[in-house]
Amino acid sequence: MRRSVGDLDRRGRAWYVDKAVAGLVFIGGISAIVFIIGIFVFITREGWTFVFGTLDFGEFFTSIEWRPTSENDPTYGALALIAGTASVTGLAMLVAVPFSLGAAIFIAEFATGRTREALKVLVELLAAIPSVVWGFIGLAIMNPLIIDLFDVPIGLGVLNSGIILGLMAAPIMTTIAEDALKAVPDGYREAAEAMGATKWQVIRQVVLPAGKNGLMAAVLLGVGRGFGETMAVLMASGHSINLPTSPFDSVRALTATIAAELGDAPRGMEHYQALFTLGIFLFIVTFCINLAADIAVRGVRKG
Amino acid sequence: MFAASALNERNRRVEGIYKALFGLMTVLLVVPVLIILGVLIAKGGPAVSFEFLFTPPTDQGRQGGILMPLIGTIWLVVVALIASVPIGVAAAIYLSEYAPENWLTRLINLAIINLAGVPSIVHALFGVGAFVVFFEFGISILAASLTLAIMTLPVVIVATRESLQAVPMAFREACWNMGATRWQTIRKVVLPNAISGILTGVILEVSRSAGETAPIMFTGAVTFLPFLPTGVLEPTMAMSLHLFTISNSVPNMPDEIKYGTALVLISMVLIMNAASIAFRVYLRGKKKW
Amino acid sequence: MVTPDPTAAPSATSDVKLSVRNLTISYGEEAILRDVSLDVREHEIFGIIGPAGSGKTSFLRSLNRMDEVSDTMSVEGSVLFSGRDIHEVRNVYNLRQRIGVVFPLPVGLPLTIYENVALSPRLRGIRDKSTLDETVERCLTRAALWDEVKDRLDALGSLLSGGQQQRLTIARALSQDPELLLLDEFSIAVDPVTTMRIEDVLRDLKQEVTIIMVTNLVQQARRLADRTAFFLNGKLVEVGETEELFTGSVQDQRTRDYVEGRFG
Repeated sequence: MRRSVGDLDRRGRAWYVDKAVAGLVFIGGISAIVFIIGIFVFITREGWTFVFGTLDFGEFFTSIEWRPTSENDPTYGALALIAGTASVTGLAMLVAVPFSLGAAIFIAEFATGRTREALKVLVELLAAIPSVVWGFIGLAIMNPLIIDLFDVPIGLGVLNSGIILGLMAAPIMTTIAEDALKAVPDGYREAAEAMGATKWQVIRQVVLPAGKNGLMAAVLLGVGRGFGETMAVLMASGHSINLPTSPFDSVRALTATIAAELGDAPRGMEHYQALFTLGIFLFIVTFCINLAADIAVRGVRKG
Repeated sequence: MFAASALNERNRRVEGIYKALFGLMTVLLVVPVLIILGVLIAKGGPAVSFEFLFTPPTDQGRQGGILMPLIGTIWLVVVALIASVPIGVAAAIYLSEYAPENWLTRLINLAIINLAGVPSIVHALFGVGAFVVFFEFGISILAASLTLAIMTLPVVIVATRESLQAVPMAFREACWNMGATRWQTIRKVVLPNAISGILTGVILEVSRSAGETAPIMFTGAVTFLPFLPTGVLEPTMAMSLHLFTISNSVPNMPDEIKYGTALVLISMVLIMNAASIAFRVYLRGKKKW
Repeated sequence: MVTPDPTAAPSATSDVKLSVRNLTISYGEEAILRDVSLDVREHEIFGIIGPAGSGKTSFLRSLNRMDEVSDTMSVEGSVLFSGRDIHEVRNVYNLRQRIGVVFPLPVGLPLTIYENVALSPRLRGIRDKSTLDETVERCLTRAALWDEVKDRLDALGSLLSGGQQQRLTIARALSQDPELLLLDEFSIAVDPVTTMRIEDVLRDLKQEVTIIMVTNLVQQARRLADRTAFFLNGKLVEVGETEELFTGSVQDQRTRDYVEGRFG
């Protein structure tokens, strides 16, 4: 049975289905972009009249007076909230960065076989613990522990939430850092080992320099995670407006402020718009952090 | 000769010290969490029973069980999955099978990273602004689930894309050479061999959505509700928000109820996660080529 | 001796299956094959020999427009399939379906043996079980694989041995009911006995199908091909009756050196 040459042009059902699917999955593909733009548009839509009207940028960044519910003179100084977020995130990174980088080096370079697999699974499970559970741990376990250990009246504050946040961020940083170390080609290690270097020399002189961009990305994503964490910080930080001077001070974070107050702020009121303004601020900062991490990783791929 | 071996000896010792140091750090990272889990199990375990799971909470949660939050979480997760799995799988198919290497693809990848990186409370604000207010779903399961769906979309996309890319290129080329269209190739050869990987991603997403609090607390989850939801336009209780409420806002809450609720929530999440990991390990051992 | 004349109009005679004119293939900026013109006749085995990197595989890929799935590969010039310019064909899938391809490394799809062979008919919309059964048996028999697998058609095609997978690949190509069969160094991953069996199959097949066979085994071309082309460094050096190439009556010293094993 010979088919005619003209049949080559006939477009059957399969051809049209293929084109339709290509269109559909393209929509799926760009949906991520649509959503990220949507997030920005919708939080801006709720907050922009405040941003361009009432908001005094000087006050926002320099005043510690966050009194949105004041009857006659509401003020919107976010400095204390920014300081709260910064102090908690800072302490968390102080705890988490060395431990997670150390753990990443151990898992990627020293551990072998079953130990390695078991550790990886364990770290992955740790990363899955929900933030509200961490908050509960801060309230129910860490709080009395800190009171007992340091003989302070209350255990909720920078120290408590910093440690909790550190424990939360560490598994994620460990996973990403380990991936970055694994991405260093084995050829580098073998070349150095062939020259008689010990494992530690190989790590310090070859693996760490080659993987440093990925490690930086891991730290940045950890910072982003700490910065954006809500429930755990809300529950473990004590939630009072303060410029912290000691690790035992109670503080209030940007994220926690939104979570605590949005329920009581009627839509369209200044307070409600001010909370969305905090959201815009958070969105922009985390966007920059993620962008920086992405650029750091891309540096690795090019190098 | 002697000097060289002394140097070697020293190097070996340095290496041993560092190995021990990093090993210790790993242990210190893991151990506190295991202790905490132990405490949760010890204090919450006695409270958890069949009755606890399936009795409605009363007296603001001080008595009774966790029926409403438990069922509510299932509602939220299921509706979120229905929304996010098709979109996520489509996006992953596009990125793995169609996307050329260009600026748009890079932009999509950046958007995915950002969807995963935007703080959960910002997702909540978006959910309020978009679904509760603009689309007029009100405080409802639908609004909360859609917020969850967008937030967890990267989980599905990344897992699906990885499992699609694990299917060797040679299979696609063989199909194209036979005159199969791209879609026929995906449907007959690529998807069937990636479906289990996609499933592990979906399980992971279930685990993520079940534990989230911030994105649902202003969009669909409420602190107390004496009945179960009957449709997606109603609000609901949820496990995560319930744990927040009873541990943070309700005075004189019996410890065993708090610990019991925390234990149930963390068990749900970790069992799902462990299942996803176990499934992945099982698949690794079961090669089809 | 047939030397292609690049200026000649594409042959319209019915016994030319494939007519290539001024074909240039590039990856990015770099041309890997330059200005190739040749004709392949109906029902012949057309051999292509030449050292690695001379553009043979890229040449095959351009014949069924597989260059289009690559980001970097680009093709200029014309290819006439049954007198029709393939780049003007509106449904490339129909074109590819009429051209069977066998790769250097066998690719058994991760489907059952049965489904590997039934896939192409199914894609063409054939659902009738007995037609499919008949096609599967016929193609596996032609590919000299039926006797070995007829009791385990439900086994995974991707887990067969290399030689079996290669014959499965041929059976799959035959299930397309192709008019043209492209073979790219099919014996690379196959043991000598299987190679001989496949060669017998090909000799049989040329009654129905036109075959283009790329090989780096000069003797294989001599055994099988009616005519042979010699590619070197991205150029078609010459094309002629296979026997003439091997009996020394060739024009180009480089061809003589290659077939006599002095390089490559």
